[in-house]
Amino acid sequence: MIPEHDRVALRPEQATIPPGHPWNRIPVIAAVFALLGAVACAILGAGNPKQFFFSWLVSFMFFLSLALGGLFFVLIQYAVQGGWGIVLRRIGETIFATIPVMAALFLPVVLGLHDLFEWAHPGAADHDALLRWKEPYLNVSFFLIRAALYFVIWSFMAILYYRGSRGQDVTGDPGVSARLRRLAGPAIIVLALTQTFASIDWIMSLTPHWYSTIFGVYFFSGSFVGFIALLSVVVVAMRRAGLLETVITAEHLHDIGKLLFAFTAFWAYIGFSQFFLMWYANLPEETVWYKARIEGSWMQVSLLLIAGHFVVPFFYLMGRAVKRKGTTLALGGAWLLIMHFVDLYWQIMPTLHPEGLRPSALDVAAFVAIGGCFVGAASWLMRRQALVPLRDPRLAESLAFENV
Amino acid sequence: MPLLVPQLPTGSHYGMLAEFATPADLYHACERVRDEGFTRWDAHSPFPVHGLDKAMGLRRSPLPWIVLVMGLTGAALGFALQWWVHAKAYPLVISGKPYVSWPAYIPVTFEVGVLFGALGAVFGMLGLNRLPMHYHPLFRSKVFERVTDDAFFISIESWDPRFDASATRKLLESLGARSVELLES
Repeated sequence: MIPEHDRVALRPEQATIPPGHPWNRIPVIAAVFALLGAVACAILGAGNPKQFFFSWLVSFMFFLSLALGGLFFVLIQYAVQGGWGIVLRRIGETIFATIPVMAALFLPVVLGLHDLFEWAHPGAADHDALLRWKEPYLNVSFFLIRAALYFVIWSFMAILYYRGSRGQDVTGDPGVSARLRRLAGPAIIVLALTQTFASIDWIMSLTPHWYSTIFGVYFFSGSFVGFIALLSVVVVAMRRAGLLETVITAEHLHDIGKLLFAFTAFWAYIGFSQFFLMWYANLPEETVWYKARIEGSWMQVSLLLIAGHFVVPFFYLMGRAVKRKGTTLALGGAWLLIMHFVDLYWQIMPTLHPEGLRPSALDVAAFVAIGGCFVGAASWLMRRQALVPLRDPRLAESLAFENV
Repeated sequence: MPLLVPQLPTGSHYGMLAEFATPADLYHACERVRDEGFTRWDAHSPFPVHGLDKAMGLRRSPLPWIVLVMGLTGAALGFALQWWVHAKAYPLVISGKPYVSWPAYIPVTFEVGVLFGALGAVFGMLGLNRLPMHYHPLFRSKVFERVTDDAFFISIESWDPRFDASATRKLLESLGARSVELLES
Protein backbone atom coordinates (compact mmCIF):
# COMPACT_ATOMS: atom_id res chain seq x y z
CA MET A 1 0.00 0.00 0.00
CA ILE A 2 1.31 3.44 -0.88
CA PRO A 3 1.22 5.70 2.18
CA GLU A 4 -1.28 8.51 1.74
CA HIS A 5 1.27 11.31 1.68
CA ASP A 6 3.18 9.75 -1.23
CA ARG A 7 0.18 9.93 -3.49
CA VAL A 8 -0.15 13.69 -3.22
CA ALA A 9 1.02 15.33 -6.41
CA LEU A 10 1.03 18.93 -7.43
CA ARG A 11 -0.16 19.98 -10.83
CA PRO A 12 2.00 22.74 -12.40
CA GLU A 13 -0.97 25.09 -12.66
CA GLN A 14 -1.42 24.89 -8.88
CA ALA A 15 2.07 26.29 -8.43
CA THR A 16 2.46 29.01 -11.03
CA ILE A 17 1.31 32.59 -11.27
CA PRO A 18 -1.71 32.40 -13.60
CA PRO A 19 -1.88 34.71 -16.63
CA GLY A 20 -3.59 37.97 -15.80
CA HIS A 21 -2.74 37.70 -12.09
CA PRO A 22 -1.73 41.05 -10.55
CA TRP A 23 1.64 39.59 -9.52
CA ASN A 24 2.62 39.50 -13.19
CA ARG A 25 2.83 43.27 -13.08
CA ILE A 26 5.31 43.42 -10.18
CA PRO A 27 8.48 43.31 -12.37
CA VAL A 28 7.35 46.34 -14.36
CA ILE A 29 6.32 48.27 -11.25
CA ALA A 30 9.62 47.39 -9.58
CA ALA A 31 11.55 48.49 -12.67
CA VAL A 32 9.77 51.86 -12.60
CA PHE A 33 10.70 52.25 -8.93
CA ALA A 34 14.30 51.25 -9.66
CA LEU A 35 14.46 53.88 -12.38
CA LEU A 36 12.93 56.59 -10.17
CA GLY A 37 15.35 55.65 -7.39
CA ALA A 38 18.30 55.80 -9.76
CA VAL A 39 17.25 59.22 -11.08
CA ALA A 40 16.78 60.50 -7.52
CA CYS A 41 20.21 59.14 -6.60
CA ALA A 42 21.76 60.92 -9.58
CA ILE A 43 20.08 64.25 -8.84
CA LEU A 44 20.55 64.24 -5.07
CA GLY A 45 23.88 62.43 -5.14
CA ALA A 46 25.52 64.95 -7.48
CA GLY A 47 25.48 67.52 -4.70
CA ASN A 48 26.46 65.13 -1.92
CA PRO A 49 28.43 62.18 -3.28
CA LYS A 50 29.71 61.09 0.13
CA GLN A 51 26.17 60.72 1.49
CA PHE A 52 25.16 58.93 -1.69
CA PHE A 53 27.91 56.33 -1.39
CA PHE A 54 27.11 55.60 2.26
CA SER A 55 23.37 55.41 1.59
CA TRP A 56 24.04 53.12 -1.33
CA LEU A 57 26.30 50.89 0.76
CA VAL A 58 23.63 50.48 3.46
CA SER A 59 20.90 49.46 1.02
CA PHE A 60 23.31 47.36 -1.01
CA MET A 61 24.36 45.40 2.07
CA PHE A 62 20.69 45.07 3.09
CA PHE A 63 19.52 43.46 -0.13
CA LEU A 64 22.73 41.48 -0.59
CA SER A 65 22.38 40.06 2.92
CA LEU A 66 18.84 38.91 2.10
CA ALA A 67 20.09 37.12 -1.01
CA LEU A 68 22.97 35.50 0.91
CA GLY A 69 20.57 34.48 3.69
CA GLY A 70 18.43 32.83 1.03
CA LEU A 71 21.43 30.97 -0.33
CA PHE A 72 22.24 29.66 3.14
CA PHE A 73 18.61 28.67 3.71
CA VAL A 74 18.58 26.52 0.56
CA LEU A 75 22.07 25.07 1.11
CA ILE A 76 21.32 24.01 4.68
CA GLN A 77 18.12 22.28 3.55
CA TYR A 78 20.03 20.32 0.95
CA ALA A 79 22.81 19.50 3.39
CA VAL A 80 20.50 18.09 6.07
CA GLN A 81 18.05 16.62 3.53
CA GLY A 82 15.26 18.67 5.04
CA GLY A 83 11.78 17.70 3.97
CA TRP A 84 9.43 20.28 5.45
CA GLY A 85 10.77 23.28 3.60
CA ILE A 86 10.73 21.99 0.02
CA VAL A 87 7.63 24.05 -0.77
CA LEU A 88 9.51 27.17 0.39
CA ARG A 89 12.75 26.40 -1.41
CA ARG A 90 11.89 27.94 -4.77
CA ILE A 91 11.19 31.28 -3.08
CA GLY A 92 14.65 31.13 -1.52
CA GLU A 93 16.15 30.14 -4.87
CA THR A 94 14.46 33.04 -6.61
CA ILE A 95 15.80 35.44 -4.00
CA PHE A 96 19.40 34.26 -4.16
CA ALA A 97 19.24 34.17 -7.94
CA THR A 98 19.40 37.99 -7.72
CA ILE A 99 23.07 37.78 -6.67
CA PRO A 100 24.42 38.43 -10.21
CA VAL A 101 22.25 41.58 -10.27
CA MET A 102 23.69 42.59 -6.90
CA ALA A 103 27.18 42.20 -8.39
CA ALA A 104 26.33 44.88 -10.93
CA LEU A 105 24.93 47.11 -8.19
CA PHE A 106 28.29 46.90 -6.40
CA LEU A 107 29.76 49.25 -9.00
CA PRO A 108 28.87 52.48 -7.11
CA VAL A 109 30.72 51.09 -4.07
CA VAL A 110 33.82 50.63 -6.22
CA LEU A 111 33.45 54.16 -7.57
CA GLY A 112 33.03 55.51 -4.06
CA LEU A 113 35.91 53.60 -2.54
CA HIS A 114 37.79 56.73 -1.58
CA ASP A 115 34.74 58.38 -0.07
CA LEU A 116 33.73 55.31 1.89
CA PHE A 117 36.96 53.86 3.18
CA GLU A 118 39.55 55.86 5.06
CA TRP A 119 42.21 53.26 4.32
CA ALA A 120 41.70 53.74 0.59
CA HIS A 121 42.85 57.38 0.67
CA PRO A 122 46.12 57.71 -1.19
CA GLY A 123 48.86 58.00 1.39
CA ALA A 124 46.57 57.15 4.31
CA ALA A 125 49.00 54.50 5.48
CA ASP A 126 52.00 56.86 5.42
CA HIS A 127 51.11 58.52 8.72
CA ASP A 128 49.29 55.66 10.34
CA ALA A 129 51.23 52.74 11.76
CA LEU A 130 48.15 50.52 12.09
CA LEU A 131 47.03 51.10 8.52
CA ARG A 132 50.57 50.42 7.36
CA TRP A 133 50.47 47.16 9.28
CA LYS A 134 47.14 46.25 7.66
CA GLU A 135 48.13 47.43 4.18
CA PRO A 136 48.94 43.96 2.77
CA TYR A 137 45.21 43.19 3.23
CA LEU A 138 43.56 46.62 3.12
CA ASN A 139 44.73 47.99 -0.20
CA VAL A 140 42.65 48.95 -3.20
CA SER A 141 43.79 46.31 -5.67
CA PHE A 142 43.48 43.37 -3.27
CA PHE A 143 40.10 44.73 -2.12
CA LEU A 144 38.83 44.72 -5.70
CA ILE A 145 40.23 41.26 -6.40
CA ARG A 146 38.47 39.91 -3.30
CA ALA A 147 35.19 41.60 -4.22
CA ALA A 148 35.36 40.08 -7.70
CA LEU A 149 36.12 36.71 -6.16
CA TYR A 150 33.15 36.88 -3.77
CA PHE A 151 30.74 37.71 -6.57
CA VAL A 152 32.14 35.06 -8.89
CA ILE A 153 31.82 32.42 -6.16
CA TRP A 154 28.34 33.51 -5.02
CA SER A 155 27.04 33.83 -8.58
CA PHE A 156 28.46 30.43 -9.45
CA MET A 157 26.75 28.81 -6.44
CA ALA A 158 23.51 30.72 -7.08
CA ILE A 159 23.37 29.70 -10.74
CA LEU A 160 24.40 26.12 -9.97
CA TYR A 161 21.62 25.65 -7.43
CA TYR A 162 19.03 27.65 -9.30
CA ARG A 163 19.63 25.88 -12.61
CA GLY A 164 19.80 22.47 -10.94
CA SER A 165 16.46 22.94 -9.24
CA ARG A 166 14.77 24.44 -12.32
CA GLY A 167 16.18 21.65 -14.47
CA GLN A 168 14.68 19.06 -12.13
CA ASP A 169 11.24 20.57 -12.77
CA VAL A 170 11.64 19.38 -16.36
CA THR A 171 13.57 16.13 -16.04
CA GLY A 172 12.30 14.93 -12.67
CA ASP A 173 15.74 13.39 -12.11
CA PRO A 174 16.17 12.63 -8.38
CA GLY A 175 19.94 12.49 -9.04
CA VAL A 176 19.92 16.31 -9.12
CA SER A 177 18.91 16.40 -5.45
CA ALA A 178 21.63 13.91 -4.55
CA ARG A 179 24.31 15.84 -6.44
CA LEU A 180 23.31 19.21 -4.96
CA ARG A 181 23.20 17.64 -1.51
CA ARG A 182 26.77 16.37 -1.85
CA LEU A 183 27.92 19.84 -2.89
CA ALA A 184 25.96 21.61 -0.15
CA GLY A 185 28.39 20.86 2.70
CA PRO A 186 31.46 22.32 0.99
CA ALA A 187 29.30 25.15 -0.40
CA ILE A 188 28.23 26.17 3.12
CA ILE A 189 31.88 26.37 4.19
CA VAL A 190 32.76 28.49 1.16
CA LEU A 191 29.74 30.71 1.74
CA ALA A 192 30.61 31.16 5.42
CA LEU A 193 34.18 32.19 4.57
CA THR A 194 33.33 34.53 1.70
CA GLN A 195 30.48 36.13 3.63
CA THR A 196 32.79 36.66 6.62
CA PHE A 197 35.49 38.33 4.56
CA ALA A 198 32.96 40.35 2.59
CA SER A 199 31.50 41.74 5.82
CA ILE A 200 35.01 42.55 7.03
CA ASP A 201 35.83 44.32 3.77
CA TRP A 202 32.61 46.24 3.26
CA ILE A 203 31.46 47.07 6.77
CA MET A 204 34.18 46.44 9.34
CA SER A 205 36.92 48.20 7.35
CA LEU A 206 34.87 51.42 7.47
CA THR A 207 36.53 51.76 10.88
CA PRO A 208 39.93 50.48 9.79
CA HIS A 209 41.58 50.61 13.21
CA TRP A 210 38.87 48.48 14.72
CA TYR A 211 38.50 44.74 14.53
CA SER A 212 36.10 42.13 15.84
CA THR A 213 36.69 38.44 15.36
CA ILE A 214 32.98 37.65 15.60
CA PHE A 215 31.93 40.22 13.00
CA GLY A 216 31.37 37.71 10.21
CA VAL A 217 29.02 35.68 12.40
CA TYR A 218 27.21 38.85 13.41
CA PHE A 219 26.66 39.73 9.76
CA PHE A 220 25.53 36.19 9.01
CA SER A 221 23.05 36.14 11.89
CA GLY A 222 21.51 39.40 10.70
CA SER A 223 21.36 38.23 7.11
CA PHE A 224 19.57 35.02 8.05
CA VAL A 225 17.04 36.82 10.28
CA GLY A 226 16.51 39.22 7.38
CA PHE A 227 15.93 36.44 4.88
CA ILE A 228 13.52 34.49 7.09
CA ALA A 229 11.65 37.71 7.82
CA LEU A 230 11.41 38.39 4.08
CA LEU A 231 10.32 34.80 3.47
CA SER A 232 7.49 35.12 5.98
CA VAL A 233 6.28 38.34 4.35
CA VAL A 234 6.51 36.92 0.81
CA VAL A 235 4.75 33.68 1.73
CA VAL A 236 1.88 35.45 3.46
CA ALA A 237 1.57 37.96 0.62
CA MET A 238 1.46 35.07 -1.85
CA ARG A 239 -1.29 33.33 0.06
CA ARG A 240 -3.23 36.59 0.25
CA ALA A 241 -2.87 36.89 -3.52
CA GLY A 242 -4.28 33.40 -3.96
CA LEU A 243 -0.93 31.76 -4.80
CA LEU A 244 0.11 28.46 -3.17
CA GLU A 245 -2.84 28.79 -0.79
CA THR A 246 -3.28 25.05 -0.42
CA VAL A 247 0.43 24.25 -0.80
CA ILE A 248 1.90 26.34 2.01
CA THR A 249 -0.04 25.61 5.18
CA ALA A 250 -0.08 26.86 8.76
CA GLU A 251 2.45 24.10 9.47
CA HIS A 252 5.00 25.72 7.16
CA LEU A 253 4.24 29.16 8.58
CA HIS A 254 4.81 27.73 12.05
CA ASP A 255 8.27 26.50 11.08
CA ILE A 256 9.18 29.80 9.42
CA GLY A 257 8.14 31.46 12.67
CA LYS A 258 10.29 29.09 14.71
CA LEU A 259 13.33 29.89 12.57
CA LEU A 260 12.59 33.60 12.87
CA PHE A 261 12.29 33.30 16.65
CA ALA A 262 15.45 31.19 16.98
CA PHE A 263 17.63 33.41 14.81
CA THR A 264 16.36 36.58 16.45
CA ALA A 265 17.71 35.11 19.68
CA PHE A 266 20.89 34.02 17.86
CA TRP A 267 21.43 37.53 16.52
CA ALA A 268 21.10 38.95 20.02
CA TYR A 269 23.45 36.30 21.40
CA ILE A 270 26.15 37.12 18.84
CA GLY A 271 25.59 40.85 19.04
CA PHE A 272 25.84 40.79 22.81
CA SER A 273 28.92 38.53 22.71
CA GLN A 274 30.67 41.09 20.53
CA PHE A 275 29.67 43.98 22.75
CA PHE A 276 30.24 42.23 26.05
CA LEU A 277 33.91 41.30 25.61
CA MET A 278 34.79 44.75 24.32
CA TRP A 279 32.87 46.53 27.05
CA TYR A 280 34.41 44.32 29.73
CA ALA A 281 38.03 44.57 28.59
CA ASN A 282 37.60 48.29 27.82
CA LEU A 283 40.55 48.46 25.43
CA PRO A 284 40.57 51.64 23.34
CA GLU A 285 41.20 49.90 20.01
CA GLU A 286 38.10 47.77 20.58
CA THR A 287 35.72 50.19 22.25
CA VAL A 288 36.16 52.87 19.57
CA TRP A 289 33.41 51.27 17.47
CA TYR A 290 30.91 51.19 20.31
CA LYS A 291 31.91 54.62 21.55
CA ALA A 292 30.68 56.04 18.25
CA ARG A 293 27.37 54.21 18.77
CA ILE A 294 26.63 55.20 22.36
CA GLU A 295 27.21 58.90 21.78
CA GLY A 296 24.53 61.36 20.73
CA SER A 297 21.46 60.13 18.96
CA TRP A 298 23.20 56.90 17.89
CA MET A 299 22.58 55.72 21.46
CA GLN A 300 18.85 55.89 20.77
CA VAL A 301 19.36 53.73 17.69
CA SER A 302 21.38 51.26 19.77
CA LEU A 303 18.55 51.04 22.30
CA LEU A 304 16.02 50.68 19.49
CA LEU A 305 18.01 47.69 18.20
CA ILE A 306 18.08 46.01 21.61
CA ALA A 307 14.34 46.48 22.06
CA GLY A 308 13.19 46.16 18.46
CA HIS A 309 15.55 43.54 17.07
CA PHE A 310 15.48 41.35 20.16
CA VAL A 311 13.27 41.96 23.21
CA VAL A 312 9.96 42.75 21.47
CA PRO A 313 10.16 40.14 18.65
CA PHE A 314 11.51 37.56 21.11
CA PHE A 315 8.39 37.70 23.25
CA TYR A 316 6.10 38.39 20.31
CA LEU A 317 7.23 35.29 18.40
CA MET A 318 7.37 33.05 21.46
CA GLY A 319 3.75 31.90 21.34
CA ARG A 320 2.42 29.22 19.05
CA ALA A 321 -0.66 30.96 17.70
CA VAL A 322 1.29 34.01 16.49
CA LYS A 323 3.50 31.84 14.29
CA ARG A 324 0.66 29.84 12.78
CA LYS A 325 -1.42 32.79 11.58
CA GLY A 326 -0.33 34.55 8.41
CA THR A 327 -1.19 38.07 9.54
CA THR A 328 0.63 37.91 12.86
CA LEU A 329 3.65 36.10 11.42
CA ALA A 330 4.02 38.55 8.54
CA LEU A 331 3.70 41.43 10.98
CA GLY A 332 6.65 40.06 12.95
CA GLY A 333 8.55 39.43 9.72
CA ALA A 334 7.96 42.93 8.37
CA TRP A 335 9.04 44.43 11.69
CA LEU A 336 12.26 42.38 11.77
CA LEU A 337 12.98 43.31 8.15
CA ILE A 338 12.87 46.97 9.15
CA MET A 339 15.06 46.22 12.17
CA HIS A 340 17.56 44.40 9.98
CA PHE A 341 17.85 47.55 7.89
CA VAL A 342 18.26 49.64 11.05
CA ASP A 343 20.99 47.24 12.17
CA LEU A 344 22.99 47.71 8.96
CA TYR A 345 22.35 51.47 9.03
CA TRP A 346 23.68 51.53 12.59
CA GLN A 347 26.77 49.57 11.56
CA ILE A 348 27.62 51.75 8.56
CA MET A 349 26.33 55.30 9.00
CA PRO A 350 28.16 56.43 12.19
CA THR A 351 31.32 56.48 10.07
CA LEU A 352 29.82 59.24 7.94
CA HIS A 353 27.87 61.01 10.69
CA PRO A 354 29.74 60.53 13.98
CA GLU A 355 27.79 63.48 15.38
CA GLY A 356 24.50 61.60 15.37
CA LEU A 357 21.69 60.14 13.31
CA ARG A 358 21.26 62.16 10.11
CA PRO A 359 18.60 60.56 7.90
CA SER A 360 18.85 61.62 4.28
CA ALA A 361 16.62 61.56 1.21
CA LEU A 362 19.46 59.63 -0.42
CA ASP A 363 18.84 56.78 2.04
CA VAL A 364 15.37 56.43 0.55
CA ALA A 365 16.55 56.95 -3.03
CA ALA A 366 19.25 54.29 -2.78
CA PHE A 367 16.86 51.89 -1.05
CA VAL A 368 14.25 52.31 -3.79
CA ALA A 369 16.82 52.00 -6.57
CA ILE A 370 18.42 48.80 -5.26
CA GLY A 371 15.16 47.42 -3.89
CA GLY A 372 13.51 47.96 -7.25
CA CYS A 373 16.23 45.97 -8.98
CA PHE A 374 16.11 43.23 -6.33
CA VAL A 375 12.32 42.86 -6.32
CA GLY A 376 12.17 43.26 -10.08
CA ALA A 377 14.69 40.52 -10.75
CA ALA A 378 13.14 38.12 -8.23
CA SER A 379 9.55 38.68 -9.37
CA TRP A 380 10.58 38.43 -13.02
CA LEU A 381 12.03 34.99 -12.31
CA MET A 382 8.88 34.01 -10.40
CA ARG A 383 6.75 34.60 -13.49
CA ARG A 384 8.85 32.23 -15.54
CA GLN A 385 8.82 29.19 -13.28
CA ALA A 386 6.81 27.08 -10.88
CA LEU A 387 6.71 28.57 -7.38
CA VAL A 388 7.72 25.23 -5.82
CA PRO A 389 10.20 22.60 -7.05
CA LEU A 390 7.55 20.47 -8.71
CA ARG A 391 9.46 17.24 -9.04
CA ASP A 392 11.71 17.24 -6.01
CA PRO A 393 11.63 13.75 -4.49
CA ARG A 394 10.65 15.23 -1.11
CA LEU A 395 7.84 17.46 -2.34
CA ALA A 396 5.13 15.05 -1.19
CA GLU A 397 6.70 14.93 2.27
CA SER A 398 6.76 18.71 2.41
CA LEU A 399 3.14 19.02 1.24
CA ALA A 400 1.98 16.62 3.94
CA PHE A 401 4.18 18.16 6.63
CA GLU A 402 2.70 18.55 10.09
CA ASN A 403 4.30 19.73 13.30
CA VAL A 404 4.06 17.11 16.00
CA MET B 1 -5.94 17.64 44.26
CA PRO B 2 -2.30 17.31 45.19
CA LEU B 3 0.23 16.63 42.48
CA LEU B 4 2.34 13.47 42.58
CA VAL B 5 -0.56 11.49 44.01
CA PRO B 6 -2.04 9.03 41.54
CA GLN B 7 -5.54 10.01 40.58
CA LEU B 8 -7.45 6.79 40.32
CA PRO B 9 -11.11 5.82 40.29
CA THR B 10 -12.47 5.14 43.77
CA GLY B 11 -14.83 2.24 43.04
CA SER B 12 -14.04 -1.44 42.96
CA HIS B 13 -13.23 -1.34 39.25
CA TYR B 14 -10.52 0.72 37.64
CA GLY B 15 -12.06 0.63 34.21
CA MET B 16 -12.11 -1.00 30.81
CA LEU B 17 -9.03 -1.89 28.77
CA ALA B 18 -9.29 -2.59 25.05
CA GLU B 19 -6.49 -3.91 22.88
CA PHE B 20 -6.07 -2.94 19.22
CA ALA B 21 -3.91 -4.58 16.56
CA THR B 22 -2.67 -1.59 14.60
CA PRO B 23 -2.03 2.12 15.12
CA ALA B 24 -4.72 2.86 12.52
CA ASP B 25 -7.31 0.90 14.55
CA LEU B 26 -6.24 2.74 17.66
CA TYR B 27 -6.45 6.09 15.88
CA HIS B 28 -9.97 5.53 14.58
CA ALA B 29 -11.14 4.04 17.88
CA CYS B 30 -9.84 7.14 19.67
CA GLU B 31 -11.83 9.38 17.35
CA ARG B 32 -15.00 7.48 18.23
CA VAL B 33 -14.33 7.43 21.97
CA ARG B 34 -13.67 11.17 21.79
CA ASP B 35 -16.90 11.76 19.87
CA GLU B 36 -18.86 9.66 22.36
CA GLY B 37 -17.94 12.30 24.93
CA PHE B 38 -15.67 10.32 27.27
CA THR B 39 -13.36 12.47 29.38
CA ARG B 40 -11.45 10.12 31.70
CA TRP B 41 -9.64 7.85 29.34
CA ASP B 42 -6.26 7.37 27.69
CA ALA B 43 -4.55 5.73 24.72
CA HIS B 44 -1.37 3.66 25.05
CA SER B 45 1.08 2.88 22.27
CA PRO B 46 4.66 1.56 22.01
CA PHE B 47 5.60 4.58 19.87
CA PRO B 48 4.20 8.04 19.12
CA VAL B 49 1.27 7.83 16.70
CA HIS B 50 1.13 10.89 14.49
CA GLY B 51 -1.95 13.00 15.11
CA LEU B 52 -3.22 10.87 18.00
CA ASP B 53 -3.54 13.95 20.20
CA LYS B 54 -6.08 15.33 17.73
CA ALA B 55 -7.89 12.01 17.46
CA MET B 56 -8.15 11.96 21.25
CA GLY B 57 -9.27 15.59 21.35
CA LEU B 58 -6.53 16.51 23.81
CA ARG B 59 -6.15 20.14 24.78
CA ARG B 60 -2.69 21.66 24.44
CA SER B 61 -0.48 21.14 27.45
CA PRO B 62 -0.07 24.06 29.86
CA LEU B 63 3.61 23.13 30.15
CA PRO B 64 4.91 26.06 28.00
CA TRP B 65 3.40 28.50 30.49
CA ILE B 66 5.14 26.76 33.38
CA VAL B 67 8.43 26.98 31.47
CA LEU B 68 7.87 30.66 30.67
CA VAL B 69 7.08 31.60 34.26
CA MET B 70 9.97 29.53 35.60
CA GLY B 71 12.37 30.95 33.01
CA LEU B 72 11.45 34.54 33.81
CA THR B 73 11.59 33.84 37.53
CA GLY B 74 15.04 32.29 37.14
CA ALA B 75 16.30 35.22 35.08
CA ALA B 76 14.98 37.69 37.68
CA LEU B 77 16.52 35.72 40.54
CA GLY B 78 19.85 35.42 38.72
CA PHE B 79 19.92 39.14 38.10
CA ALA B 80 18.82 39.97 41.65
CA LEU B 81 21.48 37.72 43.15
CA GLN B 82 24.26 39.46 41.26
CA TRP B 83 22.87 42.89 42.00
CA TRP B 84 22.65 42.08 45.69
CA VAL B 85 26.17 40.65 45.81
CA HIS B 86 27.81 43.48 43.85
CA ALA B 87 25.82 46.45 45.08
CA LYS B 88 24.77 45.50 48.63
CA ALA B 89 26.51 42.58 50.26
CA TYR B 90 30.06 42.96 49.00
CA PRO B 91 30.62 46.12 46.96
CA LEU B 92 33.93 45.88 45.15
CA VAL B 93 35.32 48.02 42.35
CA ILE B 94 36.12 45.73 39.43
CA SER B 95 38.10 47.15 36.51
CA GLY B 96 36.94 50.63 37.40
CA LYS B 97 33.32 49.96 36.58
CA PRO B 98 30.28 51.01 38.64
CA TYR B 99 28.99 48.53 41.24
CA VAL B 100 25.85 47.89 39.23
CA SER B 101 27.39 47.11 35.83
CA TRP B 102 24.42 45.27 34.47
CA PRO B 103 25.95 44.09 31.16
CA ALA B 104 28.23 41.90 33.25
CA TYR B 105 25.16 40.27 34.80
CA ILE B 106 23.63 39.20 31.49
CA PRO B 107 25.40 35.84 30.97
CA VAL B 108 24.50 34.57 34.45
CA THR B 109 20.99 36.00 34.18
CA PHE B 110 20.56 34.14 30.90
CA GLU B 111 22.00 30.90 32.26
CA VAL B 112 19.89 30.89 35.43
CA GLY B 113 16.86 31.67 33.29
CA VAL B 114 17.63 28.66 31.09
CA LEU B 115 18.28 26.48 34.15
CA PHE B 116 14.97 27.36 35.78
CA GLY B 117 13.17 26.97 32.48
CA ALA B 118 14.64 23.50 32.01
CA LEU B 119 13.83 22.49 35.57
CA GLY B 120 10.31 23.82 35.04
CA ALA B 121 9.99 21.72 31.89
CA VAL B 122 11.19 18.49 33.51
CA PHE B 123 9.37 18.74 36.84
CA GLY B 124 6.37 20.42 35.27
CA MET B 125 6.06 17.48 32.86
CA LEU B 126 6.41 14.99 35.72
CA GLY B 127 3.85 16.87 37.82
CA LEU B 128 1.30 17.21 35.04
CA ASN B 129 1.65 13.50 34.30
CA ARG B 130 1.49 12.66 38.04
CA LEU B 131 4.81 10.90 37.83
CA PRO B 132 6.59 9.11 39.35
CA MET B 133 3.80 6.62 39.91
CA HIS B 134 5.02 3.26 41.11
CA TYR B 135 1.81 1.35 40.74
CA HIS B 136 -1.09 1.52 38.36
CA PRO B 137 -4.10 -0.79 38.06
CA LEU B 138 -3.38 -1.23 34.34
CA PHE B 139 -0.42 -3.36 35.34
CA ARG B 140 -2.85 -6.02 36.52
CA SER B 141 -3.60 -6.82 32.90
CA LYS B 142 -1.53 -9.56 31.33
CA VAL B 143 -2.02 -8.34 27.74
CA PHE B 144 -1.01 -4.81 28.76
CA GLU B 145 2.59 -6.02 29.08
CA ARG B 146 2.79 -5.79 25.31
CA VAL B 147 2.18 -2.02 25.35
CA THR B 148 5.91 -1.51 25.07
CA ASP B 149 6.15 -4.04 22.27
CA ASP B 150 3.48 -4.45 19.60
CA ALA B 151 0.02 -3.75 20.98
CA PHE B 152 -2.15 -0.64 21.20
CA PHE B 153 -4.63 0.11 23.98
CA ILE B 154 -7.44 2.36 25.05
CA SER B 155 -8.31 2.50 28.73
CA ILE B 156 -11.54 4.11 29.92
CA GLU B 157 -11.72 4.80 33.65
CA SER B 158 -14.78 3.76 35.61
CA TRP B 159 -15.46 7.20 37.07
CA ASP B 160 -16.02 8.68 33.63
CA PRO B 161 -19.63 9.94 33.73
CA ARG B 162 -20.36 8.07 30.52
CA PHE B 163 -18.85 4.80 31.76
CA ASP B 164 -21.17 1.83 31.85
CA ALA B 165 -19.65 -1.64 32.19
CA SER B 166 -21.69 -3.35 29.47
CA ALA B 167 -22.28 -0.41 27.09
CA THR B 168 -18.61 0.64 27.14
CA ARG B 169 -17.53 -2.94 26.51
CA LYS B 170 -19.90 -3.10 23.51
CA LEU B 171 -18.60 0.20 22.17
CA LEU B 172 -14.97 -0.89 22.36
CA GLU B 173 -15.75 -4.24 20.75
CA SER B 174 -17.62 -2.50 17.94
CA LEU B 175 -14.51 -0.39 17.32
CA GLY B 176 -12.52 -3.50 16.42
CA ALA B 177 -10.86 -4.24 19.76
CA ARG B 178 -8.96 -7.53 19.78
CA SER B 179 -9.79 -8.01 23.43
CA VAL B 180 -11.66 -6.04 26.08
CA GLU B 181 -11.27 -6.59 29.83
CA LEU B 182 -12.64 -5.04 32.98
CA LEU B 183 -9.86 -4.22 35.43
CA GLU B 184 -10.12 -4.17 39.21
CA SER B 185 -8.83 -1.24 41.21
